[in-house]
Amino acid sequence: MRHRYHSCCRRLVELLAHPSFQVKELALSTLMKFVQLEGAHPLEKPRWEGSYLFPRELFKHPCGEGVGGAGPAWMPLGPVGTWGGTHPSTPQAVVRGLLSPEEDQHLLLSQFREYLDHDDLRYHTMQAAADAVARATDGHPEVPPAFWDNTFTLLSSVSLPHRDCAVSSFYVKRTEPSDKWKVAHLKEHRKAFQAMWLGFLKHKLPPSLYKKVLMILHDSILPHLAQPTLMIDFLTSAYDVGGAISLLALNGLFVLIHQHNLEYPDFYRKLYGLLDPSVFHVKYRARFFHLVDLFLSSSHLPAYLVAAFVKRLARLALTAPPEALLLVLPLICNLLRRHPACRVLVHRPHSPELDADPYDPGEEDPAKSRALESSLWELQALQQHYHPEVSKAAGVINQALSAPEVSIAPLLELTAFELFERDLRKGPASVPLEFVPAQGLLGRQDSLCTQLFTLC
Amino acid sequence: MGKAKSAGMRRKAAEALAGARGGSAKARPNPFEVKVNRQKFQILGRKTRHDVGLPGVSRARAIRKRTQTLLKEYKERDKSNVFKDKRFGEYNTNISPEEKMMKRFALEQQRHHEKKNIYNLNEDEELTHYGQSLADIEKHNDIVDSDSDTEERGTLSAELTAAHFGGGGGLLHKTSQGEGEEGEKPKSRKELIEELIAKTKQEKRERQAQREDALELTEKLDQDWREIQTLLSHRIPKSENKEKKEKPKPDAYDMMVRELGFEMKAQPSNRMKTEAELAKEEQERLRRLEAERLRRMLGKDEDENAKKPKHMSADDLNDGFVLDKDDRRLLSYKDGKMNVEEDVQEEQSREASDNENEEEEGEDSSGEEDPEESDGPDSHSDLESNVESEEENEPEKEQHQTHGKRCRSDRKAARTELPYTFAEQSGVNLWHLAFLLSLAAGTEEAGTVTFTLQKLFGFLLEYVGDLATSDPPDLRVIDKLVVQLYNLCQMFPESASDSVKFVLRDAMHEMEEMIETKGRAAFPGLDLLIYLKIAGLLFPTSDFCHPVVTPALVCMSQLLTKCPILSLQDVVKGLFVCCLFLEYVSLSQRFIPELINFLLGILYIATPNKQHRGYTLVHPFRALGKNSELLLVSDKEDMATWQKRSLSLHWASGLKVQTTTEANHIRLSCLAVCLALLKHCVLMYSTLPSFHAITRPLRALLTENPVDCSQPRDLQELYQSVLTEIENQKQLYWPLVCEKSKPVPLKLFTPRLVKVLEFGKKQGSTKEEQERKRLIHKHKREFKGAVREIRKDNQFLARMQLSEIMERDAERKRKVKQLFNSLATQEGEWKALKRKKFKK
Repeated sequence: MRHRYHSCCRRLVELLAHPSFQVKELALSTLMKFVQLEGAHPLEKPRWEGSYLFPRELFKHPCGEGVGGAGPAWMPLGPVGTWGGTHPSTPQAVVRGLLSPEEDQHLLLSQFREYLDHDDLRYHTMQAAADAVARATDGHPEVPPAFWDNTFTLLSSVSLPHRDCAVSSFYVKRTEPSDKWKVAHLKEHRKAFQAMWLGFLKHKLPPSLYKKVLMILHDSILPHLAQPTLMIDFLTSAYDVGGAISLLALNGLFVLIHQHNLEYPDFYRKLYGLLDPSVFHVKYRARFFHLVDLFLSSSHLPAYLVAAFVKRLARLALTAPPEALLLVLPLICNLLRRHPACRVLVHRPHSPELDADPYDPGEEDPAKSRALESSLWELQALQQHYHPEVSKAAGVINQALSAPEVSIAPLLELTAFELFERDLRKGPASVPLEFVPAQGLLGRQDSLCTQLFTLC
Repeated sequence: MGKAKSAGMRRKAAEALAGARGGSAKARPNPFEVKVNRQKFQILGRKTRHDVGLPGVSRARAIRKRTQTLLKEYKERDKSNVFKDKRFGEYNTNISPEEKMMKRFALEQQRHHEKKNIYNLNEDEELTHYGQSLADIEKHNDIVDSDSDTEERGTLSAELTAAHFGGGGGLLHKTSQGEGEEGEKPKSRKELIEELIAKTKQEKRERQAQREDALELTEKLDQDWREIQTLLSHRIPKSENKEKKEKPKPDAYDMMVRELGFEMKAQPSNRMKTEAELAKEEQERLRRLEAERLRRMLGKDEDENAKKPKHMSADDLNDGFVLDKDDRRLLSYKDGKMNVEEDVQEEQSREASDNENEEEEGEDSSGEEDPEESDGPDSHSDLESNVESEEENEPEKEQHQTHGKRCRSDRKAARTELPYTFAEQSGVNLWHLAFLLSLAAGTEEAGTVTFTLQKLFGFLLEYVGDLATSDPPDLRVIDKLVVQLYNLCQMFPESASDSVKFVLRDAMHEMEEMIETKGRAAFPGLDLLIYLKIAGLLFPTSDFCHPVVTPALVCMSQLLTKCPILSLQDVVKGLFVCCLFLEYVSLSQRFIPELINFLLGILYIATPNKQHRGYTLVHPFRALGKNSELLLVSDKEDMATWQKRSLSLHWASGLKVQTTTEANHIRLSCLAVCLALLKHCVLMYSTLPSFHAITRPLRALLTENPVDCSQPRDLQELYQSVLTEIENQKQLYWPLVCEKSKPVPLKLFTPRLVKVLEFGKKQGSTKEEQERKRLIHKHKREFKGAVREIRKDNQFLARMQLSEIMERDAERKRKVKQLFNSLATQEGEWKALKRKKFKK
C-alpha cells in the first residue's frame, strides 16, 4: 500500500508538468494535502528512521537531523521526517516540480504562494529552493532562462514576517509545538532566506532578471537578511554595470550606506556619471530622481558638488520632455534653496560677460567641472518652453527663491498622459480663434509645411 | 456688647433689606450704612464693581441664611428622629411624575373602593369626560356615523342633540320626566336607545327613497336630452367649449393689424462705405486681433483690461442689464411676401438657417443635376459605407427636397448676405455635407439647426479622419474641407474645440493603452497628424496657454518621444510632426527640446560611420540596432539621380515603394527635409541664452562626419549651411542676476501695540496659557471664599453657643437669686418671729 502511495505521489509530481493548468493546480493541491497529512501521521516510526537514512542522503537535504533528534520523532518531523522517504510528496519534490526548466510555471507559482503563509512550509521551501538552484547549476553552466524566471517568481514570493512572534502558524498541525525546532525561530528562517538568495544571486542572471531582483531588493530582501552586508558585492558589481541596472542598484546601495555603514568611495562621482539624457526616458525615472533628491538632501555636501549636479541637471533638462521638466526644475530650485552657496548660479551681480559657458559638460569629476563659475542659462532658455507650466516653473529663478522647498514627491510619478489630461480639463472658459482664414490643409504658400510637404 | 451690637446690626439690616426689597423705595440707602471704597487712582475705562458696599445689609443676609440652615442643623444635632415621606414612589427617580400621579391615584381609588365596597353593592363608578358620561358617548357614537350621508347634515334631531350635548343629564332628565308622566313605566336606558335607533333608521330609509327618486328623474332627463342632442349637433362645440368661443379665429384683417403693429419701422442704416474705408476697417480689425494674439502669446492676463472700472451711466440701475444691440427686426420681404418669422428659433439662428438653406440647395442641385457629382466617385463609395440602409434615407431625401423647394424661393436673398458660402468653395463635397447634415439632424426642424451645425463640425472632423485613413488618403478632399471646418469653427468655437479635444484625447488614450500593454506605441496613422495640423489652422498656436493648442503640443511631444522609428513611413510621419511643431511655435518662438532630440536622431540614422562622441541619443532612437542606419543611402547612382522635392504625405500613409531607387530617393528627401527643419530651428533658437548647449550634440554629429562629395549637391549645401549657421552664432554669456525683489522693511522701534480686549487679564500669552491662568485664579478665589465661609460659619456657631451659654447663665443667676431671695425672706421671717418671741 505504501508502494502504491509512493507511485501515486510520483505520478502527481509528473503531472505538475502537465500542459493543462487545471491539472497542474489539482496535482499541486493534492500534493500539498499529502504533505499535510503525512506530517500529521508520519509513515515511519522513529526507530525506523535509521533504515531510511540512505535515501535522505541521496536527496541531500540540509536539515532534518537536528530536529529529528530533539524530541519524539513522530511529533516534530512532519515533512522533515518524510523528506528522506523515497516517495516524492515532499516539499523538495514539489519545489523541483515547480522550478521546471522547460516552461513558465508562473500561474502555478502564484497558486503555491498561498501555502507560503505557513512558516514551516516556507522554511522548507527556502531550503529546497536553495538546494534546487545549487543542483541545477551544478553540472551544466547553461541554464535555461525559464528556470531562472520560475526561481525568481518563487523566491520573490517568499516574504518573511518582521517580528519574531509571528512564527507560529504551521501548515502541518502539531500536537506539541516546541521551541527547540529550527522551524520555530525567525533567525533560522533568516539564515535560510539569506542562503537561498545568495545562492541565487551568485549565478549569472539574464539582465531582465537582474533588473527585477534589483527592483525588489531594497524593500523585500535586504531587511530580512541575517547579514545584509553580504549583498555589498552583488550591489557594487551591479552599480558598475551602468545604465538602468546602475540606477536600480542605487536603491539597495543606499540602504546599505545608510543603515549598515557601508563606505563607498566616489559615490557621488558615479552618481554624477549616471546623469545622462536617457534618465528622463527610462522606466525608473521616478525612483531614480527620488533617490537623487535623497542623496543630495544633505546640507553638508560641498558647494562645488551641488553646483555640478545642478548644472548637469540643467543641461539634461534641455533635452527632457515636459513631464520630466516639471520634475527636474523644482528639484534644481530645491537644491539651490538647500545650498545658499550655489545661488551664485542664478544670481551673480557685477561680473563681466563671458565668451563661453565655463562649465565643462564632458568632465567626469564634478570637482573639475567649473560649475560654480557658470550660470543657469539653460533655465533661462527653458523659460521659452512651449508648455506653459514648464515655462512658469523655469521662471521661478527670475525672482529671489522663496524659503520653503517645493515637495517633488507628487511630481515623481507624473506622466505625459496625465499632463495631457490636465491640460485638456483645465481649459479656460473662452476659446480664442485663429483670425487668419485657412486656405487649405498645408496652409499658406509661405508656410514651412507647404515648402517641405506636398499632398500628392 | 457683642450681642448688643449684633442685635443692632440685625435691626438695621432688616431695615435696609426692607428698603432694598421695596423695589422703587430702594433709591436712598441709609448713608450710615454705605461704605465707600476709596480709589487711589482713577483709571480710564476701568469699570469698578465694588466702589460702594453695604456691609450691614450683606452681613444681615448672611446671618439670616445661616440661621435658616446652619442653626437648624446645630439645633437638631442630637436628634435622631427623621422625617420620612411615605407617599408612593416619593424617592424613586425612575418613575416620571405623571406615572407617579397615576399610581397614587390608583392606590387612592383602590383604598377608596375597598372602603366603600363593604356597603355599596351595585353603584358602579361612572367615568366622565367634561362632566359627560363616557359610557354614553361610546354608545352613541356609531349612530352619528351611520348618519353621515344625510342631506340635512347640519341639523341633528332634537333627541340626539339632547342625548349628546345635554351632558348625559338630558337622558336622565328625560327619564325622570317620563317617570313623572307615565308613572309606573320606567324606561330603562337600553330601551331608550333602541327606540332612538329605530327612529334614525326609519329616517334614513326615507331619505334613501327620496334620493333614488331624484336619480331616476335625472336619468330620464338625460335620455331626453340625448334625443334632442342629435338635432342640435352643429351647435354643440360652441356650447361645450366656451373658452374656445372666446378666442375667435384670426381673420385677415386682424392679422394685418397685428403685423403692422409688430413690424419694424424702417431704420436709417449707415451709408455705404467706400472701398478704402472698408480696407481700413479690415486693417484695423487685423491689427486689433494681432495685438490680442500678442497679449495671449506673452501669457498676460486678461484681467488687466477687465479690472478697469467701466463707465457707468447715472441712470444705471446696477442690475447688470446691458442693451448691447438693437434687437428689433428689420422689415424685409421675400418674394413679395412679408417675411414674418413665426418661429422664434429661426430668428435666433438666422445665419445658421441660411447656411442650412444653402446646403440644402446644394444638396438639391447635386442630387438632381449636379454635373460635378461624378468628380468624386471614390468619396461617394466611401460614404456609402457609412449609410446604414438606403430605404431609410429615401424619405428623408424627399423631405429635404420638398424643404429645399420651399426654401429655394429665398435662396437668392440668402446667398447675397451670406458670408460663408459653401457652394462656391467646395464643389465636390457639398453632397457629403448635406448628407452628413441630414444624417445628423434626422428631422428637419429649424430649431435644431444650430445644434446640427455644431454637430456637423464633429462629423466633418470624423469624416476627415476617415478620408485620411483610407487607402490612398483623399488629401485633396480634406484640403477643401479645411475651409469649411475653419468657417464652422468661427461660428461655434466651443463645440469645435470640444470635438478637436475629443479626437486628440481618443488618440492619446489609444497610445497610452498601447504603451501600458506593450511598453511602446507605434506611430499613429495619418489621421492624427491631419487632426493636429487642422487644430493648428483653426486655433491660434502662439498662445501661451490655449485649451486646444497646449494639449496638441503635448500630444506632438508624445509622438516624438514615445513612438520608435521602425520604418521609412515612420520617418516621414515624424518629420511631418516636427514640421507641425515648428509651425506651431513659429510665431511665439518657443523652445522644444523633443524636436531637437528627434532631428538629431533622424540625422543620426542617416549618417555613416558614427563614433558617438559628444552626443547622446534619447528614447525613440537607439545608438545600435537594426534601425540605426535606416536613412543611410550608399548607392551612388541613386544619389546622383535624386532631385530635391517636397515630401509627399502619401508616403506617410503606407504607400508602397516600388523600387529601391525610389526608396533611396525618399530617404534623401527625408534627410533634406530634416536638414531644412534643423536650419529653421537653428535660426529660431539662435537668440536663446544657452543656444550652444542646445545645439552641441547637433554640432558634434555634423562635424564628426565631414560632408562627403558623393552626396547630392543640394544636400551638401544644406549640411554646410546648417553647420555654418550654428557656428556663426556668437553669443555672449551674461551671468544671471535675479530681479530685484522688494526689500524687506527694517525692524523699527515703534512700540508694539496690542489691542486690550479686557482689563485685568494677563496679556500676551497663548490661549491655552490664558485659560490655565484663569482656572488657577478661579480656584484660588474659590478656595479663599470657601475658607472664609467656613470661618464665618464657625464664628456664627460660636456666637450662637455663647449666647446660649449666656442665656443659661443668666437663667441660673436669676434662679439662684430667687432662691437666695426666698431664703432671705424665710430667714427674715424666721428672725422676725424669733424677735417677736423674745419680745414676748
